[in-house]
Amino acid sequence: MNEQASAPRVRTRRQSLISITKRPAVPFVRAVAVRAVAILAALVIAGVVTILLTGENPISVYVTMFEGAFGSGPIIWKTFQDIAILLCTSLAVTPAFRMRFWNIGAEGQVLAGCLACAYAMYRFGGVIPEWLLMIIMAVFSVLAGAIFGLIPAVFKANWNTNETLFTLMMNYIAIQLVEFFLKIADKSGSNTVGPSILSHGWYPTLFGQKYLLNIIVAAVLTVLIFFYLNYTKHGYEISVVGESENTARYIGINVKKVIIRTMILSGAICGLVGLLIVGGTSHSIDSNIVGGRGFTAIMVSWLAKFNPVMMTLTSFLLVFLERGAGEVSTKFGFNASFSDIISGIILFFIIGCEFFINYQVHINAGRKRAGEPEKEVSGQ
Amino acid sequence: MQETGKTAGAPALELRNITKRFGSVIANDRVSMELRRGEILAILGENGSGKTTLMNMIAGIYRQDEGEIFIDGKEAVINSPKDSHEYGVGMIHQHFKLIDVFTAAENIILGIKDGKRYNIKAASEKVREISSKYGFVIDPEKKIYAMSVSEKQTVEIIKVLYRGADILILDEPTAVLTPQETERLFDVLRRMREDGKSIIIITHKLHEVMEISDRVTVLRKGAYVGTVNTSETNEQALTDMMVGQKVELNIERTPPAKDYDRLIVEHLCMSSPSHDGVKILNDISFRARAGEILGIAGISGSGQRELLETIAGLHAADSGKITYLHHKTGELVNLRAKTPLQIRDLGIRLSFVPEDRLGMGLVGNMDIIDNMMLRSYKRGRGLFVDRQPPKDLAERIIDSLQVSTPGPKTQVRKLSGGNVQKVLVGREIAEAPSVLMAAYPVRGLDINSSYMIYRLLNEQKEKGVAVIFVGEDLDVLLALCDRIMVISQGTVTGMLDGRTAKKEEVGLLMTKGANGGAVNAPERETGSETEVKSKDE
Amino acid sequence: MIDGNVIVSFISRAVLQGTPLLLGSTGEIITEKSGNLNLGIPGIMYTGAISGVIGGFFYQNSVSRVNTALAIIIPLLCCLAGSLLVSLIYSFLTVTLRANQNVTGLAITTFGVGIGNFFGGSLIKITGSAVPYLSLSSIAKAFKHTLPFASKLGWFGELFLNYGFMVYLAVIIALVASYILKHTHLGLQLRAVGESPATADAAGINVTAYKYFATCIGGMIAGLGGLYYVIDYSNGIWSNDGFGDRGWLAIALVIFAIWRPDMSILGSYLFGALYILPNYTSVSLQSLPLFEMLPYVVTVVVLITVSLRKKREHLPPASLGLSYFREER
Repeated sequence: MNEQASAPRVRTRRQSLISITKRPAVPFVRAVAVRAVAILAALVIAGVVTILLTGENPISVYVTMFEGAFGSGPIIWKTFQDIAILLCTSLAVTPAFRMRFWNIGAEGQVLAGCLACAYAMYRFGGVIPEWLLMIIMAVFSVLAGAIFGLIPAVFKANWNTNETLFTLMMNYIAIQLVEFFLKIADKSGSNTVGPSILSHGWYPTLFGQKYLLNIIVAAVLTVLIFFYLNYTKHGYEISVVGESENTARYIGINVKKVIIRTMILSGAICGLVGLLIVGGTSHSIDSNIVGGRGFTAIMVSWLAKFNPVMMTLTSFLLVFLERGAGEVSTKFGFNASFSDIISGIILFFIIGCEFFINYQVHINAGRKRAGEPEKEVSGQ
Repeated sequence: MQETGKTAGAPALELRNITKRFGSVIANDRVSMELRRGEILAILGENGSGKTTLMNMIAGIYRQDEGEIFIDGKEAVINSPKDSHEYGVGMIHQHFKLIDVFTAAENIILGIKDGKRYNIKAASEKVREISSKYGFVIDPEKKIYAMSVSEKQTVEIIKVLYRGADILILDEPTAVLTPQETERLFDVLRRMREDGKSIIIITHKLHEVMEISDRVTVLRKGAYVGTVNTSETNEQALTDMMVGQKVELNIERTPPAKDYDRLIVEHLCMSSPSHDGVKILNDISFRARAGEILGIAGISGSGQRELLETIAGLHAADSGKITYLHHKTGELVNLRAKTPLQIRDLGIRLSFVPEDRLGMGLVGNMDIIDNMMLRSYKRGRGLFVDRQPPKDLAERIIDSLQVSTPGPKTQVRKLSGGNVQKVLVGREIAEAPSVLMAAYPVRGLDINSSYMIYRLLNEQKEKGVAVIFVGEDLDVLLALCDRIMVISQGTVTGMLDGRTAKKEEVGLLMTKGANGGAVNAPERETGSETEVKSKDE
Repeated sequence: MIDGNVIVSFISRAVLQGTPLLLGSTGEIITEKSGNLNLGIPGIMYTGAISGVIGGFFYQNSVSRVNTALAIIIPLLCCLAGSLLVSLIYSFLTVTLRANQNVTGLAITTFGVGIGNFFGGSLIKITGSAVPYLSLSSIAKAFKHTLPFASKLGWFGELFLNYGFMVYLAVIIALVASYILKHTHLGLQLRAVGESPATADAAGINVTAYKYFATCIGGMIAGLGGLYYVIDYSNGIWSNDGFGDRGWLAIALVIFAIWRPDMSILGSYLFGALYILPNYTSVSLQSLPLFEMLPYVVTVVVLITVSLRKKREHLPPASLGLSYFREER
């Protein structure tokens, strides 16, 4: 009966070379190590791409990237401003994601906030006292974001309308609404309405630092969202609904209410980001003012496994890449889109590496004997 | 262990030392067995004994870690279901693998590579041929989502026949069928055996094993125990092989602790929210008393689950009453159209152990503490949850019910089935319920865990709780319950005394009432009851 | 009075405007039928366009007189290769590595649009042109060849015959895709993969292969949409970001067409008509954006209507957006 001793068999088919199993538990160290390796590999590839295109030596490319993010005081402030805005947007989408509501409409929700803020500045600027205007701007922005979050949520909650596609469409509705506003606010047909028109309701600069307010808001928001998700009744309800709607119904959670409430919150925070962008920083609006951050935020949140604290790191990483690559393209006279390519490549690596954290790959080197340990491939 | 059989026929399928692990769990441990041509082999084993996993490897759903499979004496390398099909193996899974928006015929021809042009009409014709040959009734153009469970099973079987499989594996095919449908299925299986096909039927129903099979292979805890000829064995011997020790189905039963009604259900009707207008509960009336265990018997899918879920406030009833009776004050409280939280707010402690433990009763990805909190998270003022009480409760339950877990912070999905159920039942009992409903609370549990659940239910009964127990094993129902309500197709077909009822009697009532209404139920309670007026109606 | 000629020219312009959307949405429908929600389609369309442009550019600059056949084949092949490559990245990440489809798709779009604008910008630089665009006039001429007698047939000719070959190609692809999905084993199996990969797997269908296949074919078809836009619709003029949000509009169209390529033909021409409607009506410049919003609003309305009616056949593929792992337990 010993099969190994038997004569060679006619085998109709080869056994497949690779088999994949899910890891039962992922050690923290391994998870971190895999991600670190992925980022490193991505940086190497990005470096190689850059070198091929520029002929520069790799060190100077990385130095340039670093300079792009941390080169000088103002640059560092700008980097932190970018992180703050991206982080806030990511924090906004996270409650919805925890609920498994795939809100990819942050771009539109933020833009709605921008628009409402700009509208308030345009409509009431100079007419009412500045402090009142600032309040109205805040209320308008938050409300506009909340409404943009509310609409798909109502349909998802009541009729299970696909929220991914719905929120995606809402982005473009927001863009066109902004275009509409631009045409009204600036009769010259310009593509942007700037500080000359939006001249009132500028939020104060703290300690002479233009971006400090936003950074403080982001920090406070991170802590708040962290506690909201992990230590409040609402946060607990969100987790239950996200994990299992049946369980939520079983214990009497009103699933519809939670979906709608959470999306209002998500949208409202997006609206707040809009306020920070227009009222706090740019004092201008155009249809590209959010610049894809609503989409990047999805990646930030997802890469951090929806953990607000980890999101500070992932948003830092993405902003660093973007600004670094932006600097490289300026310095070497590239088109600004160069940074998109580099960001894309690095994202591919980070997205792909999750696989090696969650799954185990076995290579079946020929036919295994009983009890022989399997070879394991890790994420390098 | 190989026995020298008397039946003729070469081995059609042979497994040698098959081992399959899922992480650190060994699902199959060096299993060797053999299926002969032209026989029906029953694979018998308790839930979790590895029957389905073993068969899934033959069907190409899983791949064995060790060991080999021989088909017609030649080694078969099965890496995918496709490979399996090519070896002439067809498996009918317990959970149907059908595509809802496809028609029967589309499902049947799915994945067939016979080199012929796509021709759905010809396929439908062939389906009709097969149907008439074996006596199935099926409309090849009907969409799956419009089909009943037994129709879907028929599609699955035809799918395999259509492919001309020589080796058929049926995974608990009778679990969803009425006795009549089961008989019809067995007729088909016998006819296929006459055609020379080799059939494996997975089941844990002993009488079916005795009725249909030629030989029986028994698995226990993932390991092969032995194979016997059906004609040379009996149910007792098979049970012994299956459980490894003699089972005394000796559940203690104390007399009812109280003698008054606690929950009164009258003329309850409920239709499915997803399928338009299909009545799932049809005029159900009964009373659950304090201090007794009321059993609910019925073929799976007769409305038992929905009945409990409706009482618990998860479904909206179309009509009828659900009334809770406060014995001391005589106060009647209407529970119908109340959500679980509203019921709780009325001060009524209604606990419910649902059938779907990880999908409804618990959240698999949360730890034990957070699962304890499901019932209590709203307590206390303010925005924040208080994790201390659930933590204490988790530790208490782990301790008193001997839950084997690394600790209260372990995710529930990582626990074994029995421990999951202990966590769930423990939580529900911790609420000090006045009504405790449990749907299939011992399904998939080992003997020891099952007995612990019986003990817990009895303890609740002795405390004066009205216990409602939905079970599938008639022996358990008859041994445990004070009264047994039988339902069939959403109607009550009988209310029996658990101490005097006969198994056959229950079995008969379970299949009755196909046309509703004219069911000859024993007049016990429902007839003489006066209408109960609810307080807020 | 509405002039008949105006109507004819309106419809034919709607067709021209709708064709990139048709190719994009047909590609996305095929992809989504396999259960892959490829939000990278806008990026893939950019990549497809620039790949074709690069091919055409170097061919046009390397010869003194362009050969019509080569002028068509070279950009086409380059476009297909470029879109295929990016689709492969998406497939590898989502199917083999089981990454989240939304996140991967968005990354692909960032990457693809970046590729388009980067290489577009670089080519513009190479030409040393003073204007920020690139012109491939002779390639465009080859693509825009119409039947010689089309212009002689009056309104009939203008309405049905007066287009470059890619307009017809788009319709043919959509019809063929529609036929394959409905009436072949291939289509049945592809739909099965998108509805329930576990079931398809159990039926012996190679889920991974189908997902790769559908995503790559879909991506290549969508890439053609990008190429058509630049070479034919824009007369061979590449300008950065010129393609705009048409990629997202193509994804919207998938919903509008309730996942049917034949419906998408009508849908894309309708969307095309909405796009150009302001030019034909006395719309003030101000309310132009509201017109441009219409396709998205209409899509939202369709999405809502479909979910309200709950007709099973009209819902998105059941496993859309989910990755599949066989040994899930």
